[in-house]
Parts: sequence; structure tokens; C-alpha cells
Amino acid sequence: MVTLKDNSLANPTEAAPPTTSEPGPHEPLLSKHHFKSVGTRPLRPDGIDKVTGRAKYGADHNLPGQLVGLVLRSPHAHARIKAIDTTRAARLAGVKAVITAADLPDHTGGDEGLFDILDNCIARDVARYDGHAVAAVAAVDAATARAALKLIKVSYEVLPHVTDVDEAVKANAPLINPKNFTRGVEPAPARPSNIAKRSTFGHGNVEAGFKAADVIIARTYRTEQTHQGYIEPHACVASISPDGTGELWVCTQGHFAYRQWCAAILGMDVAKLRVTSSEIGGGFGGKTHIWMEPLALALSRKANRPVKMVMSRDEVFRASGPTSATSIDVKLGVKKDGTITAGSATLRYTNGPYFGMWAELGAMTAFACYDLENVETIGLEVLVNRPKVAAYRAPSAPEAAFAIESAVDEAAKTIGMDPVAFRIRNAAREGSRSSYGPVYGPIGIGPTLKAAQNHPHMKAPLGPNQGRGMACGFWFNFGGQTCSDLNIGVDGTVTLSVGTVDVGGSRASLALCVAEELGIPYDHVRCVVADTGTLGHNDMTDGSRGTFSSSMALIFAARNAINVLKARAAQMWEIPLENVVWKDGHAHATGDGHGNLAPLSLKEIAASAPNTGGPIAGHAEITADGAGVSFATHICDVEVDPETGRTRVTRYTVIQDAGKAVHPAYVEGQYQGGAAQGIGWALNEEYVYGRDGRLQNPTFLDYRIPVCSDLPMIDTQILEIPNPNHPYGVRGVGETSIVPPLAAIANAVSNAAGVRMTHIPMSPPRVLAAMTSADKLGV
Amino acid sequence: MAGIHVKTTINGDAVEFICQPEETLLDVLRNRLGLTGAKEGCGTGDCGACSVMVDDRLTCSCLVLGAEAEGRSVETVEGMARGSELHPLQRLFIEHAALQCGVCTPGVLIAARALLEKNPNPSEEEIRFGLAGNLCRCTGYDKIVRAVQAAAQEMRGA
Repeated sequence: MVTLKDNSLANPTEAAPPTTSEPGPHEPLLSKHHFKSVGTRPLRPDGIDKVTGRAKYGADHNLPGQLVGLVLRSPHAHARIKAIDTTRAARLAGVKAVITAADLPDHTGGDEGLFDILDNCIARDVARYDGHAVAAVAAVDAATARAALKLIKVSYEVLPHVTDVDEAVKANAPLINPKNFTRGVEPAPARPSNIAKRSTFGHGNVEAGFKAADVIIARTYRTEQTHQGYIEPHACVASISPDGTGELWVCTQGHFAYRQWCAAILGMDVAKLRVTSSEIGGGFGGKTHIWMEPLALALSRKANRPVKMVMSRDEVFRASGPTSATSIDVKLGVKKDGTITAGSATLRYTNGPYFGMWAELGAMTAFACYDLENVETIGLEVLVNRPKVAAYRAPSAPEAAFAIESAVDEAAKTIGMDPVAFRIRNAAREGSRSSYGPVYGPIGIGPTLKAAQNHPHMKAPLGPNQGRGMACGFWFNFGGQTCSDLNIGVDGTVTLSVGTVDVGGSRASLALCVAEELGIPYDHVRCVVADTGTLGHNDMTDGSRGTFSSSMALIFAARNAINVLKARAAQMWEIPLENVVWKDGHAHATGDGHGNLAPLSLKEIAASAPNTGGPIAGHAEITADGAGVSFATHICDVEVDPETGRTRVTRYTVIQDAGKAVHPAYVEGQYQGGAAQGIGWALNEEYVYGRDGRLQNPTFLDYRIPVCSDLPMIDTQILEIPNPNHPYGVRGVGETSIVPPLAAIANAVSNAAGVRMTHIPMSPPRVLAAMTSADKLGV
Repeated sequence: MAGIHVKTTINGDAVEFICQPEETLLDVLRNRLGLTGAKEGCGTGDCGACSVMVDDRLTCSCLVLGAEAEGRSVETVEGMARGSELHPLQRLFIEHAALQCGVCTPGVLIAARALLEKNPNPSEEEIRFGLAGNLCRCTGYDKIVRAVQAAAQEMRGA
């Protein structure tokens, strides 16, 4: 989950600061425009391990004597747990520990968010969704553990449930949490409800704006709940020693955050728990939250043995972080000349049974692409009996963009204006006040739209039953706490230790940045992800921060190391430090009388290190402010089968601002991957709940993500509008690519089918029904 | 329950193991033989991350029992490279940036090699259908298809 702190909102919007010719070691401002290493496409350091099967993911780690841990989950959407009898399970031969919530006493000290995490990891008195953990066992093997689960007897009192976003906000809906009173409403409500919070954003006077409009577009849109769908299920090995120290090997996007939460829940000191992140088999936000890791630790503590836990796919779907389902009302006022006079939206987002900030993020991002005089958004966090929502790549922005960009498209069509020209006319630019508050610095929405306008894709002919759509998207990006080490080896090669998990090739990108700063070849630099015992706290790889923030920290660390290298060279030459400069991987002597001194290479200085003061290293610990905001424009062609309603994407183009693409192949990969996930979301993926509140499709067979034969090639165009707040101009690139697809495809399907699509996913039955009802209405 | 004694061939080597009747071939490879290249993404044959060859047939090892390996020949991703020389598909996957997280990659490589052995000159559509049993959530498949195209061309000597 992206953590939006006040400073992360303000910084991206600062105007471009003046560049300096000689930056201080920790000067974050853009200072480099010409690159030797950055922008090339070298091979990734973890490539061979990953194509040969050597790379170790979460489930690939084992410890001697480890037990198998399994979780018993609620079959009910909503039920009071009256009693749990574990006696028979505990007596089964081979069972070494059985735990319930009683084994995880509340150490949260009034921290509501932490208590919700604890309650979600193991239900305390109420099971709040189908799949909610209620007990766990550790046994000598999987067969014994499975047998033990069957021997646990749970007495439930089934309670009324609600899973639908619109049903949950009705006055007579079953209450998910009787202690929930809507936050953000004045005066505070007297009665509890399923709305956890109301947030509002905007400026101007929308009523006046609507009055000034020639045309009003008003519609309600819906999106269904999806899952991140990482191929690697959650997995960990936990080992707690009798001395109270512990180790956790786990697939995660943030091992420092996992350590912090697990230690708090287990009542341990942070320093006594060491967490190592494995290779990660996809996360997309879903591995920014702990699920069964505290249970593995608690089982290990009770059994005094290491415990390995691996979720099944069924458990991943039923009990780990899906997105919100949403229902969004949009109103747009437009003049015939193409000016948007006002925009408003009310966004209802499911949170699962616990309070989150999902509608708030939707409300912030909804109109962020546009320069609006009058805008207002209201976000409503809706509690339902579904799994606790976790971040999914630019969390909450795709659903909001679907609603807004559909309305924008319809508005352009209504006034007879080209949809790209209409957006260009209203696009935000440097100096615009964003719909969520801050004023933008240099941004890429206008350039991505102009690139779309000029793209050959926009002019390509369409066949029968085909339609074209386009849409824009925005994401904040995030910086955050980052701590990195740079160590120069005795042979002059360099090892980087970073605390941001590599989810998509960041080790290659970070090595490129250090090679650039030090002036040495890429293959002299090796980047490793260090465990929590090795570095200071690092925030998670979320908010597209991994490469942005760790490259900033490592550039600072490299500058610190260069200062040491220069001092050592001065010592070797016996000249004043101020007569040494660093250039192209060498110390150069300058000034009178030093001209004949041959430059000293990094390798030569490293070789002399034992005699000049010992090891040479650089270090940086920072809060990486100034993550530049990100914009994209997507173009999509579809063909809709009028007989079946099935939609096929025939061509897809992504245009996005990267600030500076450090490793362009992996930037393209982020663009393509986000687009593909968006295509799955737009056309097919959805959680289907039965009337009993149980998830009906928790398998990859029935929750079908796009396969290779479903997709076309995905063309990409990288724009580079430097981020003024990063030494190399880097912006995060990971998330924005999932924001426009829902809307771009909906606009394309609407054009192909001749009827406005307002419900995601646009599965064949839904498209067919829309076409049929449009025919009946004679539309 | 008494274990079953199985004699089989894995990546060309004679291997013996004892497994329980309900253990899958994937369980045996990962938990008894230390071959963790094949991954369990679903356990229901839907994701292809556990793909191996059993007697030259592309197989989800999560859908086969360990005991069924008796007398057969099993090939996994660990057997793809010859010594330090990578299979062209392995090398070109790295060169084309055809992996991000890499967890689907072992299965995709096994499936791609099976495809190219049957059809050395596949069209883009044939590649897409040949890999349709292997889910990848990171790449959008674009760079995977291009890597397989490049490997097909190189392996044909074209």
C-alpha cells in the first residue's frame, strides 16, 4: 500500500528548482542530463538464476526439522465464533502445535490499524469473511496437518452478511462492525453504519460550473473486485528460538515492514526478529501486507521448531488482498467549445471488513489529469464481508479513471469533438492546481496526449465490429525511507546492499545508476537485497518507489564513496585534497605541479586501501522526497463479436512519462505488464460471490487472468520529462500503466458495440446484454 | 502409510525415491529431490508454473503422482542448460528481458522448448497458443513471444 504522507503530496508538485553544477553529496535536485550507463539495456544480474531454476522464491527455502503449518478458515461470510475445541487435533500423533487467537494476545496498545491487521491474520471473536483464518496447526508433514485441521471443532453463530458495495450502504444492510461510526462527517453520526469514512477533495464551485455548462453528462459506473494474481502464493519459513529471537524467510515487497508488524503482533523487539526477503514471484501490492506470517511465527514459538507455511491458490484468492469493488457516480459539465466547466464524483469503494483509504485514493486521483476550475470528489469507504483490501498497482486509481475517462469520452462525443483534442484542451499542465490539492510542477499528461495524437495507431483503419478507445491515467508515485550501502571490494568491484525488494529488475537499474555516478562499467557493480539485520529501515517496494528512492540513496552513497576515494588518492599522491577531482572512474590531479601525475583508477585506489585507511564504502540514509507524479495515455483497438459479446483486444499502445528510463527494457516491461493486467480487469476478471457470501471462483480456472493467446503485442512509447527532484530525473514507472486500460478498453468497446459500457468487467454476457438492450431501445 | 519405492530418470540421471501415494510429482521434485525450479502456482493444472516433460510430453507435474514417474523419463528446467552453456531459449529470455519476477519462467521455458521441438518455425499465433497454458502476470507476454521468436530463428540456424 502506498503510504501517503503530507510531504509526499507536496513535493511532486514543486516547481522545477535551479540545477546546480556541483551537487553536494545529498543534493537530490536534477543535475545530470547526459548519460553513459543509464539508458542502456544490460543483462540483469539475477537472470541466469531465474532461467535455470536456481533462484530461491518463498516456498523454495527449507530449514532442518521444519514443520508444515496450515490454516483453518471460516466457511461463513460472517459468523460469531462461540468456541473452538482443538483438543483432538492437538492429540493427533505428529501435531506439534495448534493455535487460535488466544495464542496471539493483543499487544497493539490501542493502535486501530495494527489491531485490524492482527484480527485479519486470525479472527478473534467474529469471522468477517469467507476464508478468514480461525486456527492454525503445525505438524510433521502436510498429510498430518490436513488431518489435524479436520479435528478442530469451531462452533459458529452465523450472522447476516453483505458483500455488495451498493447493498452495504443501504439503511437496512447488516452491520459489518457495530462499532463503526463514519469518520469525516460533521457532526459525528449518532448511529453506526457500513461507511467507515467520508473524504472530500476539490476546489471552486461545482454548482456554478454545472450552470455554466452547455451539456451535462451524468452516469453511474461499477467495477468488480479483482485480485493481483501474482503466480507465487504467499510463503514463509519462521523460526523462533527459545531465547526469544526469531528469523523469518518470506516472499514480500517489504521485509522491514513485515518485521515491524510481525514483531508488534508477537510482542517482540524489532531487533530480535530478522527478516530475509526471498526472490518474489510477483506482488503488485498484494505482498505489502502480512497474512499468515504471524501465525507461522506463533506456531514456531509454540512448537519450538521452524514452521513453513505456503498458501494454496484457494487461500490466496479467499484470504489475501483483493482490490475494491466500486460504484461511482460522475457528473461532468461541458461547454460546446470543449471546456469542462465542472466535474464531480461520488466514489464508493469496498474495503473488506476493515477501514482503509481506498475510496480516498480514488477520490484524489479521479480528476488528476485535468485542469479544472470547479471540481469536487467524495470518497466513501464501504465495509463488506469480503477479504481485507490490499493495494493493487496504483491502488484505486484504475476504477476512478474508468468512470471519469468514460464520462470524458462521452462528453467529447456529445459535443462532436475528437476525444484526444478534447483532453488536450482540458489537460493539467505545470502550474495547474490538481483536483486533490497541490499545484503541479513539470508533468507529462500533455506530452503523452500529443504523442497519442501523432501516433500511427490513431490513424490505422478499423474493420467491421471493431472500435478504438483511448484514456489517460495518473499516479502520485512515492519516495519514502530508504537506506543503502555501497562497498568497494579489494579488486575495485562494487557491491550494493539495498533494502527495497526487486520486483521487476531494479537490481539492474540500481547497478546502472552507481556505474554512472562512479564512472565504472556496469558489470563491475553487483546489487543485492539485504536482510533486515544489515541495513536501517527501508519502506516497502510500493508506490513505484523502488528504483526512484534506492537510486537516489545509492547516488548519494556513491558521492560519499567518491569523497573517500579522492581523499585516498590525495594521500597516495601526497597532494592537497582540493587538487583532486573525480572523472570517468578515476581520480585526476589538478593544479600547479600535479599535471604529470597519471590518473588513479578506482581499482588502483581500492588495491591501496589497506595502506591508506582501510575499506572504502559509501552509505546513505534518506527520506526520498519529491517522487515526480506520473501520467500515461493508452490507445486500444478491440473487436466485439456481435453473436457472443466476446471482446478481443487487437492492438494496444502505451505512452507514459518515465522521467528518465534507467533500464528501458524493464520500463517497457512495466508498461506492458500493467496494460495486460488492465486488460484482464476490463474484460474478464471478477470475484463472484454467491448468495451465501462465499467466493465461488477461487481458482485460476474460474478466475481467468489473461493468457498468452488472449493478448496482442503491447506497443510502448517512453517519454522522458525529467523529475526535477531526482539527480537523474527518474520518476517511478511501475503503477501508472494499469490506470488507463479499463477506460481505454471501455471506450473502445462502447465504440465497437454502439452502446456505452458502464460495468467492468465487460465479460461476454454483460456486453451482449448491453447490446441487446440498446437494440430494444433503438439506440 | 508405507511409502512407494520409485525408480525413474530425471534430467538423464537414474534416480530412486520413496514417496507417499498421495504425493504429486511436483511435491517429490521439490520436497524430496531438491529440484525447486518447478513451482506450484495453483496445484490444479491451471497456471503451468510446474511444467516438466514426462517421456517427451509437456505435463503439469502437480497433476501427476510421484509414483507415476516409475520407469519414465522426467525433464525439468534444471536440465535445460548443458553445463555452463544455456539453452538458446534461456539465453534469449534474459537478452529480451522476457522475465520480470521470473517465477513462471521455468515452466514457460519448458513449454517453449516443447513447442519448438514440435514446430521449429511457429507463427506468432502458434507461439501464443503454445504458451497459453503458462500464466505470466508480469510481462503481458510481449517480450516472451519475441524471445521465443528469436530462439526459433536461432535454433533453425536462420
